[in-house]
Amino acid sequence: MEAILALSIGVLTGSGVWLLLRPRTFQVIMGLSLLSYAVNLFIFSMGRLGLEVNKEPVLRPGVPQDLLHYTDPLPQALVLTAIVIGFAMTALFLVVLLASRGMAGTDHVDGTLASDVQEMP
Amino acid sequence: MSRVAELTSALMPHLMLAPIGLPMLTAAFMMLLREEKQRLKLTLNIFSTLAGLLIAIALLVWTHQAGAPATMGVYLPGNWPAPFGIVLALDRLSALMLVLTGIVALCSIVFAGARWHRAGVHYHTLFQLQLMGLGGAFLTADLFNLFVFFEIMLAASYGLLLHGSGRARVQAGLHYIAINLAASSLFLIGASMLYGITGTLNMADLAQSVPQVSDADRGLLHAAAAILATAFLIKAAVWPLNFWLVPAYSAATAPVGALFAIMTKVGVYTLLRLWTLLFSSEAGPSALFGSLWLVAGGMATMAFGAIGMMGSQRLTHLAGHAAVLSSGTLLAAAGFGQNGLTAGLLYYLPSSTLAVSALFLLADLIDRWRNDGSTLAPYEMDDDAPFLTPELVPSTGLNLDEDEEVLVGRVIPAAAAFLGLTYLMCTLVIAGMPPLSGFVGKFAMLTALLNPLGLGSSAGTQLGPWGWGLLALMIGTGLVALMALTRSGIRHFWASHDRPTPRLRVMEGMPIAVLLGICVALTLQADGVMRFTEATANALHAPGTYVRAVMSATPKPGPTTAAAEGRPIEGRPEGAAP
Repeated sequence: MEAILALSIGVLTGSGVWLLLRPRTFQVIMGLSLLSYAVNLFIFSMGRLGLEVNKEPVLRPGVPQDLLHYTDPLPQALVLTAIVIGFAMTALFLVVLLASRGMAGTDHVDGTLASDVQEMP
Repeated sequence: MSRVAELTSALMPHLMLAPIGLPMLTAAFMMLLREEKQRLKLTLNIFSTLAGLLIAIALLVWTHQAGAPATMGVYLPGNWPAPFGIVLALDRLSALMLVLTGIVALCSIVFAGARWHRAGVHYHTLFQLQLMGLGGAFLTADLFNLFVFFEIMLAASYGLLLHGSGRARVQAGLHYIAINLAASSLFLIGASMLYGITGTLNMADLAQSVPQVSDADRGLLHAAAAILATAFLIKAAVWPLNFWLVPAYSAATAPVGALFAIMTKVGVYTLLRLWTLLFSSEAGPSALFGSLWLVAGGMATMAFGAIGMMGSQRLTHLAGHAAVLSSGTLLAAAGFGQNGLTAGLLYYLPSSTLAVSALFLLADLIDRWRNDGSTLAPYEMDDDAPFLTPELVPSTGLNLDEDEEVLVGRVIPAAAAFLGLTYLMCTLVIAGMPPLSGFVGKFAMLTALLNPLGLGSSAGTQLGPWGWGLLALMIGTGLVALMALTRSGIRHFWASHDRPTPRLRVMEGMPIAVLLGICVALTLQADGVMRFTEATANALHAPGTYVRAVMSATPKPGPTTAAAEGRPIEGRPEGAAP
């Protein structure tokens, strides 16, 4: 389980960073999304008790109230917040991306066509 | 003064919520108003910002009462004890930053009220939300809560940056948003790693846990702190993470640029706060971790800012690089972790922020003077503005100066003199030349650098190579900044062709005069201000008081807590925090 989680975080981060460095705005937004997925998984795995499987953070009657029987609820709360904020920011970025595409006529991140770069002062 | 402190004491700790709550409520109320009611919104905005500034001043007075070595305000919004619930904490540094924010915001909104606020929609709402994010970031004592306030601040700043639209702003906004989203990811990684290692997100509790981290985890702890610091260093515009700043700040409308001058200082503030808490000299094996990085990064940033100022053709670029230079100076000085140096930088911080802010406003007036009164530069007129409703699209014939009647005298003969004089004052403060506050700040820092133990008792202490480097850079960048600003001043004020006298409105001149007037006041009251910053620096470098104040805050007895006391601890797993 640890290996799968670590691998998926690594692959997501790697792809995200690679896409983030690409010259097209759509690739950048995909990269940012992948990066935020990786970060969300990472936060999720940062619970103090390691990777508890099949446990829940809600107290139940009859189950001993110690940390062996519950998973850490805080990372889940953090992940929820991070997901909401990340989603909103991605949506905002999408709008700016479209505005940039509409104004510049190209989806290059600098708003210039490759052929124009030579002519720029 | 004591009256204010008494009144504030009566309202504490609830008054601490005001810097967050007041802008939030104002923004929420302004959302309900139609976009056409610009004048009402402007009035509301100015009054709310003014009230926020007055509250911030009251809080500042309260934190610096005579007889109380370190007055700390602690507020438990959820009424949970410290390591479990979110905590707001107010100390001298927070209060200082709140007052600075209030001053810059008030001047910015008054300046915007003359014309700029009509260039787009929801300006006032976004402005208030930005203030809410700033206030929260300065007050919170919880790492994840800090992230939330950072995002509120950034989300509002994206909107403000795009205010007025135009291709240049959208391009700069795209880069600005992309880099800040990446920085937010780093923030989250760093914060969650710290949680994974120490089991807490409360800053005071973190400060307690850092010395106790096992040696096996210490490398991981340092990695987490470094990742977290990278996020703040991007905000603080440290080289090489600062290439977004100048295009973004110079593309923004003038009042937004002036407000953004405080945004880099948020990064500096957070670094200063977290670094002194987590890696103070009492932090055992981790003491002063990353000190050299801060110094080296800050010094590289100073050099970059100074070279950038030299290479700037436009005044807004000059102002942007001046913000970078100021930020670099603060970081490099903070990295030494000396009380005297920190006191000097805390004096330098407000004055340089105010001067950079004034320079952004001034650049707009001077540019408009050069462009014969047109608001938009020619390249902006070609673009359409997709976010605006048709009646708000700035067509070429639109006159943003529809309120001609507020002009006091159509042509103020002294306008050119005013612009020249204020430009000169900005130059003096930014370059750190006597007699204004920039010089006092730099002088205080240099004195502390040369005499780390205080005048007279430092004989025999050697200034290391980094210290000499900072000394040389501080003087050198001052000289370069002076040259760049003088050259630009000559070009704008002396080497000009026959131009009409600039038209200056009171609403636009006043904020600049106030910003620089405060720099003068800082110079005149340097003794009192330095005493305040020394107390702040001493409290920062001895985080015990902060930690104790936050950790010992007791929840108010209420129906739920009273009921819970009868039962064994439930819902709070034992040992969740070390």
